[in-house]
Amino acid sequence: MKRQFDADLEDLRGRLLRMGSLCEEMVHYAVKVVVDRDDSHLPKVQDWESQVNSLHIEIDEVCLRLIALHQPAAGDLRLIAAAIKINSDLERVGDQAVNIAETGVYLLKEPKIKLGDIPRMVEVAAGMLKDSLDAFSRGDVELARDVIKRDDEEDRLKSQTFNELVHLMQRDASAIQRGMDIILVARNLERIADHATNIAEDVIFMVLGKDIRHSAEKL
Amino acid sequence: MDMMRPMPLPRMKEESEPQDAGAPIAMSVRDLRAGYGGAPVLNGVNLEIREKTVTAIIGPSGCGKSTLIRCLNRMHESIPGATCDGEILLGGRSALELDPVLLRREVGMVFQRPNPFPTMSISQNVAAGLVLNGVRDRALIAETVEKSLRRAALWDEVKDKLDAPGVGLSGGQQQRLCIARALAVEPRVLLLDEPCSALDPIATGRIEELLLQIKDQLTVVIVTHNMQQAARVSEYTVFMLMGEMVEYGLTRKMFTQPADKRTEDYITGRFG
Repeated sequence: MKRQFDADLEDLRGRLLRMGSLCEEMVHYAVKVVVDRDDSHLPKVQDWESQVNSLHIEIDEVCLRLIALHQPAAGDLRLIAAAIKINSDLERVGDQAVNIAETGVYLLKEPKIKLGDIPRMVEVAAGMLKDSLDAFSRGDVELARDVIKRDDEEDRLKSQTFNELVHLMQRDASAIQRGMDIILVARNLERIADHATNIAEDVIFMVLGKDIRHSAEKL
Repeated sequence: MDMMRPMPLPRMKEESEPQDAGAPIAMSVRDLRAGYGGAPVLNGVNLEIREKTVTAIIGPSGCGKSTLIRCLNRMHESIPGATCDGEILLGGRSALELDPVLLRREVGMVFQRPNPFPTMSISQNVAAGLVLNGVRDRALIAETVEKSLRRAALWDEVKDKLDAPGVGLSGGQQQRLCIARALAVEPRVLLLDEPCSALDPIATGRIEELLLQIKDQLTVVIVTHNMQQAARVSEYTVFMLMGEMVEYGLTRKMFTQPADKRTEDYITGRFG
């Protein structure tokens, strides 16, 4: 017989994954505003953000209720602790997607600017987010480790993008506004990759009980 | 600007490092086998109980946890047909070779149901062990009664009625009286066999608080069915199953990261 507590934990996992897939969609369409110069995606990104915000509160409530009523231990406790942290990371990913979409709308008012490594940054950050959620769903430690390794690539791309845009702005003062906007987009993408890294670290904690954050020999 | 710099925080101890790593061993159990009338209950238990800590023994009914602590002060062998083999060391001496009465002075026990001596007053209950050991000095007895009742966190509630019958107290107070009685002979080890199972949450909370207070002075071993209680009061936990010790380690690790799947299943309620 399946216990109510197991059903509650399953429900918690389901809510987090629903929030995660909403965030993935938000990132996908927010980036389209910038890359495809198409502002028709902004309203749905904003609508999903309010759903993500509701889930943020709901999931915290579920976690507190499960702790208060069931006094979970071991793997159950680690799942709930990880869920609380992943919940916060996903909510921030949602905010960053909105930032990207809104910056994209400003960019539409300006002449086109070279996006440099932004498409590659999108690919890396979106891939990390997807895989971190898959790792959570399957309890896949190897996939989580792989996500963490990819964060360096995203950081390198961000620095490269910053440098290119700073040079461009030094040469052409009329590109400063657009250059700053692209830097913001790059910064938000890099933060999304950081949140995916956090989620992957939480998955490793959830599965192995091993805290690898802030550790020199992470992997 | 220097004034704005935050003070460096002291480094926290590594989580994996036991707080009292290297603490002396109060009791050692080696290859302990025990049973009743030929039916084995303990199948070779090995355990080292650290001095001045609380060690909790958990496990499902019939796993042998009560038999284990009853072996530690040789109460087990008082049951007809009971068998006990192996080695139990108390500070280097073989407990199985000591006089059981002397052993129980050093290894006291409190049971599931409070059992004050029904014909004795509160102070007589506490003094019973001293009197049995031939102490006649009234001042010393009065001093020990007060000290023991204070250690058992009962003094303030009974100081004005020390001559009242012990059985007139509430269940929780009676259990603390039994703890005071056990403490009065200054044992090195105190064994508690589900001491809170007949108590309400407030009385349970008082007993738990008192265990946390006395553990600086003596070694406590508690058998409990209440896993949250084990998590709250103990530094070390033993998980037993079908007469075997499955896992023994730091409580904080066992309740967050148990090493054995059977421990995980038991403490998360998925057992069986």
